[in-house]
Amino acid sequence: MPVELSPVLSMQGIVKDFPGVRALSSVSLELYAGEVTALVGENGAGKSTVVKVLTGIYQPDQGAITVTGVARQLTTPKDAARAGITAIHQETVLFDDLSVAENIFIGHAPVTRLGLVNWQKMNDDAAALLERIGASVNPKALLKDLGIANKHLVAIARALSIDARVVIMDEPTAALSQKEIEELYLLVEQLKSDGKAILFISHKFDEIFRIADRYTVFRDGELIGDGLINDTNSADLIQMMVGRTVEGVFPPRTNDLGNLILQVNNYSHPTEFEDISFSLNRGEILGFYGLVGAGRSECMHALFGITRPSAGHMSIDGELVSLKSPADAIAHGLVYVPEDRGKQGAITALSIVDNIALPSLQNTSHKGFVRMAHEFALARKFTQRLELKAAALDQPVGELSGGNQQKVVIAKWLATQPAIIILDEPTKGIDIGSKAAVHAFMRELASQGLAVIMVSSEIPEIIGMSDRIIVMREGRQVAEVGRDDVTPEALVKAAAGIEEASVA
Amino acid sequence: MKSLTLSRDALLALALIALVGLVYLRFPAFASPNSLLGVFNDTSILIILALGQMAVILTRCIDLSMASNLALVGMCTAMLNSALPSIPIPILVFLAMFLGALLGSINGILVWKLDIPPIVVTLGTLTIFRGLIFLLSEGQWVNAHEMSPAFKALPRLSIFGIPALSWFAILCIAGMYVLLTRTHYGRAFYAVGGNPNAAVYTGIDVGRTRFNAFVLSGALSGIAGYLWVSRYAVAYVDIAAGFELDVVAACVIGGISIAGGMGSIGGAVLGALFLGVIKNALPVVNISPFWQQAISGAAIIVAVIFNARSERRLGRIILKKAEQI
Repeated sequence: MPVELSPVLSMQGIVKDFPGVRALSSVSLELYAGEVTALVGENGAGKSTVVKVLTGIYQPDQGAITVTGVARQLTTPKDAARAGITAIHQETVLFDDLSVAENIFIGHAPVTRLGLVNWQKMNDDAAALLERIGASVNPKALLKDLGIANKHLVAIARALSIDARVVIMDEPTAALSQKEIEELYLLVEQLKSDGKAILFISHKFDEIFRIADRYTVFRDGELIGDGLINDTNSADLIQMMVGRTVEGVFPPRTNDLGNLILQVNNYSHPTEFEDISFSLNRGEILGFYGLVGAGRSECMHALFGITRPSAGHMSIDGELVSLKSPADAIAHGLVYVPEDRGKQGAITALSIVDNIALPSLQNTSHKGFVRMAHEFALARKFTQRLELKAAALDQPVGELSGGNQQKVVIAKWLATQPAIIILDEPTKGIDIGSKAAVHAFMRELASQGLAVIMVSSEIPEIIGMSDRIIVMREGRQVAEVGRDDVTPEALVKAAAGIEEASVA
Repeated sequence: MKSLTLSRDALLALALIALVGLVYLRFPAFASPNSLLGVFNDTSILIILALGQMAVILTRCIDLSMASNLALVGMCTAMLNSALPSIPIPILVFLAMFLGALLGSINGILVWKLDIPPIVVTLGTLTIFRGLIFLLSEGQWVNAHEMSPAFKALPRLSIFGIPALSWFAILCIAGMYVLLTRTHYGRAFYAVGGNPNAAVYTGIDVGRTRFNAFVLSGALSGIAGYLWVSRYAVAYVDIAAGFELDVVAACVIGGISIAGGMGSIGGAVLGALFLGVIKNALPVVNISPFWQQAISGAAIIVAVIFNARSERRLGRIILKKAEQI
């Protein structure tokens, strides 16, 4: 492993204040050529702020940034690009309606002698870049026609197109399936061997230990520790992150399953999934595992009445039901917490109370008038149980961190007192502390008799939480495993198809 | 892969041809080349304005002040011409464009620096510009006899058998085509409207790009101002009142997404021509011009329904993919 003595990029004594909050207090960070530095910290630790400072979106109030020994002022994203710093963001910040090639080159497209955009060269260069990273994507395709993994590849191609020295990857694997993650790791190795300095932000410890050479831990906007990854272990890292030891990552299970609550038979959809059948008991957590795009969410949408199945039937509590709309589903005691908090889950401009009370207005209003005291009582009860961290219950949800937003969304549905709750990727992109709280709470709900369906792409979570696991592949149900027989290998094999698994 | 915009433009072109065909059945002379050139000429100003509006809509804004801008610049050029007939017409056209751009930049500055919603800003300037015409002209008309012959002659000047008014539109189409498809400046409009958040990360200044779009729409309104006043040989307070709605309608029919980031030059031009054909054809086939508005309105709704349907996210078609493997 090449170890260079002087860092490619160095941040010293960076301070960034926001009204009322010190987001970064005198933090330092060094990145070395050909090495991956993992930036670790809970949500709100200041990781995103560092990324925004490095990419010229935010200006630090104090401190200095030097790139290859030269002090730099990164006042705009263009300055950052000129300094050779590029970022692949958590949520793909790309343009759906533009072509792949243009997404890669926008802002620095090749031009003809007349100064006009040279589409021919742009498409050729894009094709070359995509080939270099092993992406089979047509440069002329519109971005919106690509899957999430290919969108990430486009983002990476964009990063390479500006010949960066420093590549920042902000949770690049958050939305990827296991197979796609493996491909991304190969790509990171390739970037390393090209001598790029990589800042890798992730919540997943297995991948940090897999690909990082160094680590830097932030907590509450402060630098807590850094060093070589070989000199540490996950327990130490977690302790640095949270400032206390976290033990027993998943809460213990209880054993008593109640009576049958949900029975689904042969649910099918013309294009998305086929022949899905399962049963669910009270007090059970049923895991749905599969690669991204295996049709799990689509299946859940049908269960919740967002789409109608083309065949099959379901019964709740022994009664055959046909759910025509989500409202119908809620009335039958079935609720769905969607994957995409921002788009489908929370109304970010409204307060915590309003969000939580929204689906329960029937219960909190009287003769058409909202009774605020009831709303507050409801919100207080459920947010306390989820250990929500917020200044006040009338704070807009948009001001909360990702993990806390997720808690609000879950609380909102729990407040309707459902019998069955479907949680779609309930802990995606949230920090370890919030994750543990969500897990403990799920377990508690199950022990109180709630039936839980959890869609998750994280193997530890699906194994640690589920009583039973259904694996889907390409729209079909391919395996059902009990919690005592499950192994990670078996899940991956089933989800990816055995041939592929034996190659990997 | 064939882009959706292209097929939409093709479909709109077919609809336009069908419309002309329909009129032809009742009144064959309508479809003669001369008559169609006349329709194009008559629609030129709408086309020029639609191109400017399109740039603004691409950035997720809207410019309601275009018609008032046109009227104010038209009044200014007419008064300037009647006071100083010696100013050469090309300079006057340039002045009109400059003045229009200046008015557009007021919209742009308010949207960029003060972050006021564009619909509010341009609703305000719509009224203000109209008011300024009254203050400037004191309600007086500038009539044909007060304008110099050269001033009135330019739009009618025939070049290669086509009036200069049409040439202005053709030049604007060509210029905007190059600008929007071949320059960083133009591609930024698509980026800002398509995903403002991502635009920031790629180093595009969202506010400045919107400002640019407003200046562009202002400049085109300015040119249209001279053309309108010289073509009709009259300038008064109320010229082109309400015309901004036709302009927005042309864009919507042309498939320019009001949500920003999507639309083509071809769409804007075809949308304008669609309205132009309806306007010119109805009197010919003896349908009351009052129907024109109803038909335009119906066309807008049909266009929006069609766009919404084609933009609707198709399913991921997981199973089909599975069957192919």
